Amino acid sequence: MKMNTNGNVYTFCYAAVMVIIVAFLLAFVASALKETQEANVANDTKGQILSALGYDKDAIDVAAVFAEKVQDNVFTREGFKAYEGNFNTTYGSLIKSGELHVFTGMTAGGEEAYVIPVVGRGLWGGLWGYIAINKAKDKVLGTYFYHESETAGLGARISEKWFQDQFIGKPIFGEDGTVALTVVKAGAAQSENEVDGVTGATLTSNGVAAMVKDGLTAYKKFFQACDEEEEPLPCEETEVCEETDVEQ
Amino acid sequence: MSKLFSDENKAAFTNPLNVNNPVTVQVLGICSALAVTSQLKPAIVMGLSVTVITAFSNVIISLLRKTIPNRIRIIVQLVVVAALVTIVSQLLKAYVYDVSVQLSVYVGLIITNCILMGRLEAFAMQNSPWPSFLDGIGNGLGYAAILVIVGFFRELFGFGTLFGYQVIPQFMYDAGYTNNGMMVMPAMSLIIVGLVIWAHRAYNKES
Repeated sequence: MKMNTNGNVYTFCYAAVMVIIVAFLLAFVASALKETQEANVANDTKGQILSALGYDKDAIDVAAVFAEKVQDNVFTREGFKAYEGNFNTTYGSLIKSGELHVFTGMTAGGEEAYVIPVVGRGLWGGLWGYIAINKAKDKVLGTYFYHESETAGLGARISEKWFQDQFIGKPIFGEDGTVALTVVKAGAAQSENEVDGVTGATLTSNGVAAMVKDGLTAYKKFFQACDEEEEPLPCEETEVCEETDVEQ
Repeated sequence: MSKLFSDENKAAFTNPLNVNNPVTVQVLGICSALAVTSQLKPAIVMGLSVTVITAFSNVIISLLRKTIPNRIRIIVQLVVVAALVTIVSQLLKAYVYDVSVQLSVYVGLIITNCILMGRLEAFAMQNSPWPSFLDGIGNGLGYAAILVIVGFFRELFGFGTLFGYQVIPQFMYDAGYTNNGMMVMPAMSLIIVGLVIWAHRAYNKES
């Protein structure tokens, strides 16, 4: 028997059944795999933070090294507070709401470092990264950048090591005390605050520059706070810094 | 066995590699040729992904072809492709996370690739699953071949590298050679595709 596949009723039923089947299938796959995926994402985020600290994330047991070398802190008015809660994998909305995460840890070279998460926008989609800075909070020790959907072979090259390694050793602040670290046109880096952008990906490079500037500026409170060397927090000068800030 | 590899089936596989190439003859999938060919590696990854997805969506549509209502066939094809790509990318994300990170950029490009829709509409709707599968593989590889050719020239002349390794020696740069910035621009990929089409048609005069 040959079905009439052109009738209205058949078409409607076919569309309805197809949509329901596909919806169930997708919902089932998504919920069945959710946990594994989230674990992967968390692990990958830890790998990215370690990568900013100079570790080769493909060669180490990320979860173990992270647990051993890195602490997740929230920077509050009183200073560092160990972060208790589920490990976060995105930081954009946290930074906006004033929850400043600062990771403290050791670089692969054994130097004490802070890692600051930064979030920005590229040409097609979001960018994010982690910037490791030294204990004196004035120099970059390492970076990690990644993107949602930049063009492969052009903007996507910000995730390559040669681009990220350019930041190592660069001073963060200019003479006027604002964030001066920036990305310029490929091959045009002159001053010590500048790094070369990616050829053919000017907009993505500008996005990285803006992300670094805005991201680090958002952590102003953290940079102004004085070092807690021996003294346990709260350190008195912290408030002095903040008072001058208010007066401005 | 002989039936599986009859002349017709062989033709379904080999035609798109040469005389009926999806990019140079059918002129499909040009947009992604522009997006992913500035280096060789993404070009190969994209070519293989499209091959796999075209083959399997061809098979699925071919199995369903007698039931699909004619008036909504394009929608059905689109749903099948989108669902297939989404499920595959979810599986990759759960079990081979590294690969999924590599591919994440391409997922959207695969769904919207005109080769997929073109082959579903032109071949899978009229043929049984096995030839459809071969047709999908053939078209995917035909597409991959062009992407690799374009990617090869763009990476070699644009960056002086292949697969990220420096191949143009330093003394050439010292002697005044510079990488061609034009090659990195998307427009250049269309010019190279144009040159490939020219060479291909000059070679295949009869078509």
